[in-house]
Amino acid sequence: MSLPFILFFVFALISVGGALLLILAREPIHSALALILVMMSLAVLYLMLGAEFIAAVQIIVYAGAIMVLFVFVIMLLNAGTEERTDFSKIAKYAGLPLGIFLLLELAHWMAHSLIGKTPANGAGSANVMVSTRDLSMQLFQKYLFPFEATSILILIAILGALVLAKRDE
Amino acid sequence: MSVVPISYYLALSAILFGLGVVAFVFKRNIITIFMAIELMLNAVNLAFVAFARAWNQLDGLVFVFFVIVVAAAEAAVGLAIVITIYQNRRSLNIERVDLLKF
Repeated sequence: MSLPFILFFVFALISVGGALLLILAREPIHSALALILVMMSLAVLYLMLGAEFIAAVQIIVYAGAIMVLFVFVIMLLNAGTEERTDFSKIAKYAGLPLGIFLLLELAHWMAHSLIGKTPANGAGSANVMVSTRDLSMQLFQKYLFPFEATSILILIAILGALVLAKRDE
Repeated sequence: MSVVPISYYLALSAILFGLGVVAFVFKRNIITIFMAIELMLNAVNLAFVAFARAWNQLDGLVFVFFVIVVAAAEAAVGLAIVITIYQNRRSLNIERVDLLKF
């Protein structure tokens, strides 16, 4: 076991554990903290894959901004313990086994796919970090129009959020 | 650094996505259901980054960037909807929001 393998398994276990905690936690705030744990460990995995910019964005935007928004809403609405309702019989006896089957099936085929045989550092790029410079070149040249379109999307989202959250007079 | 085969990352991504689906179906709190969606988006992002690494293409990373931006917009609008639902129903339980249920 080399160091990358150990690192991968440690952070994979942390992220899967966080996801399980998200499901099992009764309080929404615990679920939110578990999700932050998942995002942090995924950021480490992005670093291992050489995507340093994406790792930074993951922590700043996802774990920082989006999850703060979630925690803020949980606090604002004073969301307490989740009410347990009895699940429908279909969900209990068909949904759960099928969900677990889907999970294992996906993981199995992902692990045995053709691409799975390729080592993660790709053809001819031994252990190079993706430079943020190259990424920004792509972003501002090839993907300039989608990039500008997202700014309009965010503007519309802000307006939509304001209109929705406004209390009716 | 990355001698871990790409399939490991893909399997982890699949597992996280499956757990996100399970959380989406089984949770009863609207906010937690939203968090399950975020978890699924994160799992897909991991697959994108892994594939971008495998083929040494930057396009995958740009896609992840866009996914994160759209997720931010979605979270803003979605949480505003959650607040509106709470103002109308005085509850965060998804079972109470069944006006469209057949």
